[in-house]
Amino acid sequence: MPFYVSPEQIMRDKADYARSRIARYAAAAAALQYAGGILLVAPNRSTALHKISELYDRIAFAAAGRYNEYEALRKAGVTYADITGYQFDRRDVTARALANWYAQTLGGIFTDSTKPYEVEIVVAEVGITPDNDQIYRITFDGSVSDEPGFVAFGGQSDVVTAALKERFHDGMSLAEALGAALAALAAPGNAGASGNGAQAELTASRLEVAILDRARAHRTFRRLRGPRLEELLAEARSASGSASGSAGSGSGSGSASAASDSASESAGASSAGASTPETPQTPEPPDEPPTGPTPGSSDGIPRP
Amino acid sequence: MSGYFDGGLGQPGSFMAARIPSFTHFLATHAPDLLPVPLGAQPLPAGGGDVIKDLPHATTIVAAACETGVVLAGDRRATAGNLISKRDVEKVFRSDEFSAMAIAGVASIGIEFARLFQVELEHYEKMEGRSLSLEGKANRLAKMVRDNLMPAMQGLMVVPLFVGYDEETGIGRIFSYDVAGGPYEEHRYHSIGSGSVFAKSALKKLYSDDMALPDAVLACVQALYDAADDDSATGGPDLTRRIFPVVTTITDDGYRRLPDAEAEEYAEHVVQERMHSPDGPRAPLRSGS
Repeated sequence: MPFYVSPEQIMRDKADYARSRIARYAAAAAALQYAGGILLVAPNRSTALHKISELYDRIAFAAAGRYNEYEALRKAGVTYADITGYQFDRRDVTARALANWYAQTLGGIFTDSTKPYEVEIVVAEVGITPDNDQIYRITFDGSVSDEPGFVAFGGQSDVVTAALKERFHDGMSLAEALGAALAALAAPGNAGASGNGAQAELTASRLEVAILDRARAHRTFRRLRGPRLEELLAEARSASGSASGSAGSGSGSGSASAASDSASESAGASSAGASTPETPQTPEPPDEPPTGPTPGSSDGIPRP
Repeated sequence: MSGYFDGGLGQPGSFMAARIPSFTHFLATHAPDLLPVPLGAQPLPAGGGDVIKDLPHATTIVAAACETGVVLAGDRRATAGNLISKRDVEKVFRSDEFSAMAIAGVASIGIEFARLFQVELEHYEKMEGRSLSLEGKANRLAKMVRDNLMPAMQGLMVVPLFVGYDEETGIGRIFSYDVAGGPYEEHRYHSIGSGSVFAKSALKKLYSDDMALPDAVLACVQALYDAADDDSATGGPDLTRRIFPVVTTITDDGYRRLPDAEAEEYAEHVVQERMHSPDGPRAPLRSGS
């Protein structure tokens, strides 16, 4: 053990550690606006250990990374929200305050503990109108960003973000939004969706989907599962199949159309025939995980 | 390490520590001053009795189980001593999707009970990903009532009536309490508060097993009318101000508070009937066949 390690070195090591673990183990997930609220999608085979949960009446929590760590954060958030709402009024619990609290907490953990948390979390609040919707992303070091419209988080989130950016537009229907999220999560290069290599297709049993439903009174959080989810998935796949087919034939660079093709291919839609018959390939995940989900982002962490 | 995890309120430590999923328990451990009745509260000074007597008191509540669930209803009057302090008070509260509570006694403490209980149930649900069993909810409320025993003995008395739809068995159930806690499961129907003697007697004559939901609602409104008839602290339907009893139902479909217009229909019906027979429907003298 060295007697002296420079603070810069300590921070860099911690950040590298967290970044590489998240890139390797945290399957990417997405949250995005749709006309009726906010949709949250995460690959998850368990029906009991949730990645997406309710924090408060209009606020949801989603996380990627180590279960025990984000579960502790989720419960802390519920407690924070319940105490605030009990002390003042239910309307006084806001996503902004929760995101700040999470940022403080994760920042504190990053600085104070030997091991940083290997998590990325999202706090989303559905407003009365789409303009009031808020989506915050908080990373392992306590950096918080306000993401208008949509956000991807977890490992390979830069790939998913890029794919989502192409597909997202304001006022999507729920099925459209789900289709966009699935296509983005299935984007080539997002190896995180499966733990060990082969890209698994995101079927209902492998997905955790929930919405914050703007139209509902009181508690807006609702899980979509079972037949409801199957139905929506079928609708989303047929919708995104036709949409991505036209996008692929119209504009689109190589990687973009490949992404759309793989989405429609997995849906079994035939409309993708317009583009070149290249077989969409999911690249093998690299042996060594990339050092960060967002290279070059200004999260304030020194890089080697 | 820094003091970041040392566990005071506002510190992540206390929020993130593993613990039982009870909100009340969390408050008692980390923020007892936020409880309706803070732990170790000082006894009230002598002479406080007059002050307490003049606090608004919530009055009569009735509940009746029916074929598809349970009905919980309350009148709208709050009294302070011999004065009417409020004509449109609400003392029936949604606890969660399948349960509700109503209060009789010191209104201010009762309202805070209802709020805390609401958070308590929701907190458990969010923490654990499932709802408490109906018995679990009833027991939890008993502890909260019992925590209020000392203030109750000094006059700050409040007693809830708790009803819920048992999703496992598919029936509506009623639980009553005394100031020292409970719960006592009541079968068929029950009433609490100042007019409860009259309301319960009325329900006794009007109630039949496996009543349809609208009939049970009507029986409750009739019972509240009878309570208002004989108890000065219970308010009857206020036709001039359009203030009518709060009626809630809990069934398979969850909690529902009757919209004002619907409650008004029931109340109007009862009042119209009483124009001809002021004492209300007459039960047959001889039971049988």
